[in-house]
Amino acid sequence: MSALSLFYAGISYAGAVVFFGGLAYKLIGYALTPSPLKIPLTPQPASAAGVAWKAVGSILSFRALWNGDRWTWVGGYGLHLVLVFVFIRHLRLFLSPVPWPLADVQPFALLIGALLPLPLVYLMARRAAVDRYRQISSGADYFALALLLLIGLSGLSLKFLFHADVVGIKEFLLGLMLLSPVEVPEHPAFLVHFSLVLVLGFYFPFSKLIHAGGVLLSPTTMQADDAPDVRHVNPWGGQ
Amino acid sequence: MAKEKFEIPSLEDALDTPPVRKGASGHLKIHPAPPQMMEKLGFPPALVEGWQKKAVDKLGELKEKYKSLKMFMEVCVKCGSCADKCHYFLGTGDPNNMPVGRQELMRKVYRKNFTAGGALFGGFARAGDMDEAALKDWTTYFYQCSQCRRCSVFCPFGIDTAEITMAAREIMDSVGAGHKYSLEVIAKVHDVGNNLGIPKPALSSTLEFLEEDVKEATGADVKFPVDAEGAEVLMITPSADFFSSPHVDSLVGYAKVFHAAGISWTFSSYASEFANFGMFIGNYAQMKKIAERIATVARDLGVKRIIVGECGHAWRVAYGFWDTLVGPFDTLEVKRPVHVCEFTNDLIKRGALKFDKTANDGFTVTYHDSCNVARASRMGESPEGQFDIPREVLKAACNKYVEMPDSVNREKTFCCGGGGGLLTDELMELRVKGAAPKTAALKRMMDEKGVNMMAMICAICKAQFTKVLPYYDIPMEVVGGVHQLVSNAIILGDK
Ligand code: SF4
Ligand code: SF4
Repeated sequence: MSALSLFYAGISYAGAVVFFGGLAYKLIGYALTPSPLKIPLTPQPASAAGVAWKAVGSILSFRALWNGDRWTWVGGYGLHLVLVFVFIRHLRLFLSPVPWPLADVQPFALLIGALLPLPLVYLMARRAAVDRYRQISSGADYFALALLLLIGLSGLSLKFLFHADVVGIKEFLLGLMLLSPVEVPEHPAFLVHFSLVLVLGFYFPFSKLIHAGGVLLSPTTMQADDAPDVRHVNPWGGQ
Repeated sequence: MAKEKFEIPSLEDALDTPPVRKGASGHLKIHPAPPQMMEKLGFPPALVEGWQKKAVDKLGELKEKYKSLKMFMEVCVKCGSCADKCHYFLGTGDPNNMPVGRQELMRKVYRKNFTAGGALFGGFARAGDMDEAALKDWTTYFYQCSQCRRCSVFCPFGIDTAEITMAAREIMDSVGAGHKYSLEVIAKVHDVGNNLGIPKPALSSTLEFLEEDVKEATGADVKFPVDAEGAEVLMITPSADFFSSPHVDSLVGYAKVFHAAGISWTFSSYASEFANFGMFIGNYAQMKKIAERIATVARDLGVKRIIVGECGHAWRVAYGFWDTLVGPFDTLEVKRPVHVCEFTNDLIKRGALKFDKTANDGFTVTYHDSCNVARASRMGESPEGQFDIPREVLKAACNKYVEMPDSVNREKTFCCGGGGGLLTDELMELRVKGAAPKTAALKRMMDEKGVNMMAMICAICKAQFTKVLPYYDIPMEVVGGVHQLVSNAIILGDK
C-alpha cells in the first residue's frame, strides 16, 4: 500500500475512534452527571411519554427557535434539513447493495443537498450583520460554519467540477469499514473533501456541535413535571 | 416622581429589541456582604488568597454536581434566539444582559479551564482566565439576572441562565465575594424565622390587630391563629404578607377563605417565612436549611397539610424542591404542599365559597404571571394549571377581567424586574429598567382596556411593582394580590 493510503487509513480510524468515542464519552458523561433537583421548564408534560412526544415535536420543528427568532430559524432549519439530505446522499457510499428506496431518492437528495452552501453563507452573514449576533460570535462560531461550507463546496466539486470516480471512492470507504483498507483514490478534490470531513470528526464531540446529542439530555426540556407524584432524590444531598 | 440620576426608559418601545449598547449597565454595583455576615453563613469573610484558582476549582466541582451547569456550558450554539428575551437587556441594551452574553461570562472561564479548544486556542474560542476583570463582570452581571427562565423558553436546548447565575453566585460566595442583600435576608431567617426579622410578639400583635380590623369591617370573627396545636392546616406565607402593602390584603383573604370554609389552620412563629433565598444564591445547603424549619413545624404541630401563600420563587421551591430537600412529608395527609390558589379554587368548584362580585366592580382586573410560578412549577393536575387556576379564582371574584397580550403572558411572561435576589435599593436603576417591558404591556392595558388592577401571586412582584410603577407615573394602587380581590368579594358565612 502507498504511504498516502497508509496515512489515510490510519487517520480515518483515528477519526472514527475520536468521533464515536468522543460522542459516547460526552453523552454518557452528561447522562451520568447528577440532577440534584427537578428543574423542568414548565408547562411540561407529567409523564415520560408526554415529554418524549413533546421533544419529537420540538426537534422536528425547532419550535423554540421559531418562537424566538424567525430569521435565524429559516437558516438553522434550512441547514439541518439540507444536512439530512446530504446524509441520505452519502449513505449509498457506505451500503452495498444500496437498498431500493435509498437508490430512488438519490436524485432528489442531490438536488436538496446541493443547496448546502446557502444556509451556511446566510448564517455567517447573519452573525456578522446583526449587532446582537456579532457581539456573541467568536472565531469558533465562524469556524464551524466555514468548515461545513468548505466540506460542502469540495464535495460539490466532486460532482460538478472535477468528476470523481464514485466506484473507487466506495471501494475505499467499504474497505475501511470492513477493516481491510484498500488504496485511497488519489483524486486531489476527493482528498481535500475527505480530509475536511476528518477534521470535522475530530472536532465535533469537543465543540458546540455536541448540541446534536445534548438536545436529548437537557434537564429543563427532558425532565417530566412530576414533582408532586414521583420522589426525586439528590444523590449528593446527604441526610 | 423625584428626579433620578438615570434615564427612565420610554414605554413606547420598551417591548422592542434595542440596539446593543456596550457597558450600558456596567456601572451598577451591589453592596458586598460584610465579613461577619459571610462567616455566619459559612463563607469566607472576604476575598480569599488565591481566589482565582479556588473559583475555577469550585466551577469544576459544581459542573460535576449539576448536569444543568455542565450541559449549559457546553451545548450552546450561540444561535441568539434568547438574546432579546431578557427584560434586563430590553431595558438596558447591555450585551452582557443578553442571556447568552451573561452565560458567556462564565463560559469564557469554563472554556479556558475545562475544554481543549479553549486551552489551546484561547482568543479564537473566546476563552479567558478567572481574573480581576472576570470577577468584576461576574459581580456585576450575575446580579442583573432575576433567574426568571424566560430566556430558556426560547432556547432550542432549554438552556436556563438561572442555573448559571445560581452557580456563579455560589462560586463567588465560596471565595468570599457575597451580596449583602440575600445573605442578610438568609441570616434573619436563621435568627428569627423570617426574612423581615419579625419576632413572635410583633407577629402576634399584628395578627390580633388584623382580627380586630376584619371584625370591624365585616362583623365576622375571622381568626388569624399562630402556633395553634391541632390545626388541620399549616399556613406558610412570605413574611411580607404580615407587614407590607398590598401583601397584607391577600393575607386577610387567606384567613377569610379558611373562615368561610370552616377549616382550622395556623401560622407558625418558628417557620414564619415561605421565601427561600437559598435558591437565589444557588446554595443547596442553605436552601435545605431554610426549608427544614417548615418541615419541622409541620411534623411538630401534626397538621394534615401545608398550604402556602402568594410567593413565586418559594412556590417553585415548595412544589419542586421541598420533597427532595427535606421530604418525605410522611406525617401529612396531603404529602405535597398546596398552593392557596389551588385550595381556594377547589372550594369554589365545590360551591363552598360565595362571592359578591360587585364588591370588585371598581376594578378592571388583569393578571400578571410571575416567572417562577409560570415557568418552574404547576398547580393542580393539568400542565397549564399554574396559569388557569389563579385566573379562575380571579374570575370567580371579579366581574371585569381582561387578559394581557400573548407575547407577555403565561410562559412568555416578563419578570417584574425585582426577582432572584435583586429587590434591593442599590439596584434601583436596574429594577426600573428591567420592569419596563411588563410595565409597557400594563400601560397599554390601562390605556386601551381601562385596567386599574394588576393582580399577582408573588410577594416580590408586589413589592417591586409598587416601588417602580411610580417612576412611570403609574400609581402603585394598581398592584394587588389575587386573594386581595378574593377578600373584597367573599361572603363570610356563619361557620
Ligand atoms: S437560545 Fe440557547 S443555544 Fe441559542 S444562544 Fe441562547 S442559550 Fe445559546
Ligand atoms: S433568567 Fe431571566 S433575568 Fe436571567 S438572563 Fe434569562 S431572561 Fe434574563
